Amino acid sequence: MNYGPLIFLGAFFALSCSWFGLILKPQMQIGHLQQTNAVGTGATYPLDRPGLAHQGAEIYRKNGCASCHSQQVGQIGTVCDVVLAEAGTNGTAVRAALLKIKPGQDETEARDLIATLPQQVLKGANRTEADAAAKTLKDAGAKAELWIIPVGPDIARGWGKRRTVAEDFLYDSPVLPGSQRIGPDLANAGARLSIADWQLRHLYDARIEVPGSVMPPYRFLFENRKIGRAPSPEALTLPANFAPAPGREIVPRQEAKMLVAYLLSLNADAPLYETPVTLASAAPPPTNAPSGTGTNAPSAGATNGATNTTTNAPAAAATNANAPAAAATNSSPFTANGLKSVPEDSGNNPTNATPTNAAPVSGAAAKNATPTNSAPK
Amino acid sequence: MKTAPSETDASCRIPLLVLFISAAVWLVIGSAFSILASLKFHAPNILADCPWLTYGRVRPVANDCLLYGFCLQSGFGVGLWLLARLGGAAFCHTWLVTVGAKLWNLGVTVGILGVLWGDATGFENLELPRYAALILFVAYVMIAIWGLLTFHLRQERQLSVSHWFLLAAFFWFPWIYSTANLLLITFPVRGMAQAVVAWWYSQNLLVVWFGLVGLGTIFHFIPSLTNRPLHSRYLALITFWALILFGSWGGIPNGASLPAWIPAISTVGTVLGGFAILTLALNLCSKAGRVAPSAPPPAKHWLFSENVSLRFIGVGVVAFILTGLLSIACSFNPVSQITAFTWFVPAQNSLNVYGFFAMTMFGAIYHILPRLTGLEFPSPRLVLAHFWVALIGILFIVVPLAIGGIVQGFKFRDPNLPFMEILRSTLPFLRASTLGDLLMLLGHLIFLRNLVGMVNEFYRARALSAYTTATSPLFEPAEVKR
Repeated sequence: MNYGPLIFLGAFFALSCSWFGLILKPQMQIGHLQQTNAVGTGATYPLDRPGLAHQGAEIYRKNGCASCHSQQVGQIGTVCDVVLAEAGTNGTAVRAALLKIKPGQDETEARDLIATLPQQVLKGANRTEADAAAKTLKDAGAKAELWIIPVGPDIARGWGKRRTVAEDFLYDSPVLPGSQRIGPDLANAGARLSIADWQLRHLYDARIEVPGSVMPPYRFLFENRKIGRAPSPEALTLPANFAPAPGREIVPRQEAKMLVAYLLSLNADAPLYETPVTLASAAPPPTNAPSGTGTNAPSAGATNGATNTTTNAPAAAATNANAPAAAATNSSPFTANGLKSVPEDSGNNPTNATPTNAAPVSGAAAKNATPTNSAPK
Repeated sequence: MKTAPSETDASCRIPLLVLFISAAVWLVIGSAFSILASLKFHAPNILADCPWLTYGRVRPVANDCLLYGFCLQSGFGVGLWLLARLGGAAFCHTWLVTVGAKLWNLGVTVGILGVLWGDATGFENLELPRYAALILFVAYVMIAIWGLLTFHLRQERQLSVSHWFLLAAFFWFPWIYSTANLLLITFPVRGMAQAVVAWWYSQNLLVVWFGLVGLGTIFHFIPSLTNRPLHSRYLALITFWALILFGSWGGIPNGASLPAWIPAISTVGTVLGGFAILTLALNLCSKAGRVAPSAPPPAKHWLFSENVSLRFIGVGVVAFILTGLLSIACSFNPVSQITAFTWFVPAQNSLNVYGFFAMTMFGAIYHILPRLTGLEFPSPRLVLAHFWVALIGILFIVVPLAIGGIVQGFKFRDPNLPFMEILRSTLPFLRASTLGDLLMLLGHLIFLRNLVGMVNEFYRARALSAYTTATSPLFEPAEVKR
């Protein structure tokens, strides 16, 4: 190694190797990703964010939100649940099959179970067991579904339904996956914390909503102004110790609205080929939709199930048809709650699955289902 | 004919002084920002109403001051000095470096202001916006051309070990910096491919480039300060190849939202990069080197050596080895599932940047500066004080953050713990690390004071002698002092 040019060639060679391996090859694979279809619904995924949310991503970048918030959910594996959807006509055989799947059960328990369908008959099993159980039930004439449930601490915490994949970031530039979790992960912030007013108050001062939070207040995204002839409808409703001086009000600036629109657009739970997941609040596919009007207001009892079936494009869900009950009261234009899927099945026809709110909801999803004003996980 | 070392030193005095002193100034600015960022964990409301000083802008700025202001700049300075000294080159066109150095500082200033203004690119370690990047690149080219010129004009044809490392480093930076800027900012690639490029850049800057310059410095100074020849050139050759061939593959976290082969290959790269650590350790600690008949055994342990430069560089070696071992450990999935997204990652990063690179540079600068000016440091005690304050400061940053990160990581694994509780449990560690930040600021101030004091002394002596020469005809019989 006594020649300058030799060192140059060596360095050139070494850097080229890693350049081809870690720049060119990933670029050929994930740099050319295209939109895809969500498994089950067939909805196009991902959709570009709406304009306001797009601008909000810039505010997110500008203020370095990614210094404290990651947008990457991890998972350590998947388990399968078997759900008995319909018992069919041969009750005896189904009961026998149930007893075979769960040896500890007695006859009456099995009977009770069949009476309140759909029911989870197997939880947290591996794929082979679940396939076997589903086959047993099917052979008995029942309709069984195989649900794929990703597991891991992030998912149990309610930060997402599945791990995030490269596809989720397709339209982000710059991508802001974050490297630290000083604050909670935001990959599904739009689904978890879908109330715009909550988000605005939390941005104004996080300690209003989350006592003890260390998030910096973003008061500079808000305007503290004199109340004009009438209080602005946009003004924040703040508790007494955070309220402005009498005669003044706190109104979000455009930047705050953009940022909230961005946060509410964060939702990475579409089931994809590379990350299969069955969402607990699964809806039946569009073929089974009662009607195609799309604007029917959700009745309180049916928010989870039937009403979001009129379309399979998540963008159309922005008409608020399937907003959860809590969010529906909130007149927020941002609530883009979409991307429900049907159960992935193994040979069974999912179109006959009964939509219902009584569908067994796993613990994590139950925590996740209704955003409330309590502290976020 | 070979140029005498003193002539070499005199010829590159001005550009190197510019590089070193501005590096020290950035170091102080950077640690002031890092204290501000750290204070926000004590009281989130501090300076919160000024958008320029919100945490998400202050934290990257602190990092950029440290990386681009101090590390790269001092690396250039030390690298150039070594190239010049090792080659015994005669100097020409030093203005090129001086102008380049000023331009570099302009670029960093513009970039830092840009980030504070809200123009950060959003990529970690590459936050400086595109207009600043352009200035930095031009400045770099000016500095690097001079480096190559010096190398080309060398009188000593035999290349030393340090030469390999430094030459590779001079070549490495423009490639990674231009790739990252082109693919992330000018013609951004799509989706997560951006994140891969950003991780690749970070790894190549923080591990490979810092490694090349730092080890190049270590391989020159440890033998020369201890008066013992390097144990083995061949081991050093393995270190070199392991670092550039494998080091540049690491850095992609295991949990990243990417196809699994990318983090997997990155793990392989990191583990194979362990050869660099192994061979370095063998080379420097080898028994054969220690009992070489020509060398007297060291009177004291290096940590208490009379020569402060050796102490600094010794800490640098230890920190390099530790960082490498930690990153190998963290590249395995069971470990990274705990450490990912926690404070352990910044702790490891601080150990690399402060513990390894900055300490090595401090040691080198404390060695170089007296040779540039021909003076001793006005206060050797302050140099010693800098060493201890910096060492304790680093420990106070790295140890609490690392422990806090591990605690945090284990708590993240338990989904029943509310997030706020996890946050609360990390706060004592974060607040302890503020003490480390304060110590670092103190250390950096002492460093700046040492440098400025010496330069001051030097120019005062020069001015005095110029004055005496100019006025001596007036006092003909008077005694000329200098």
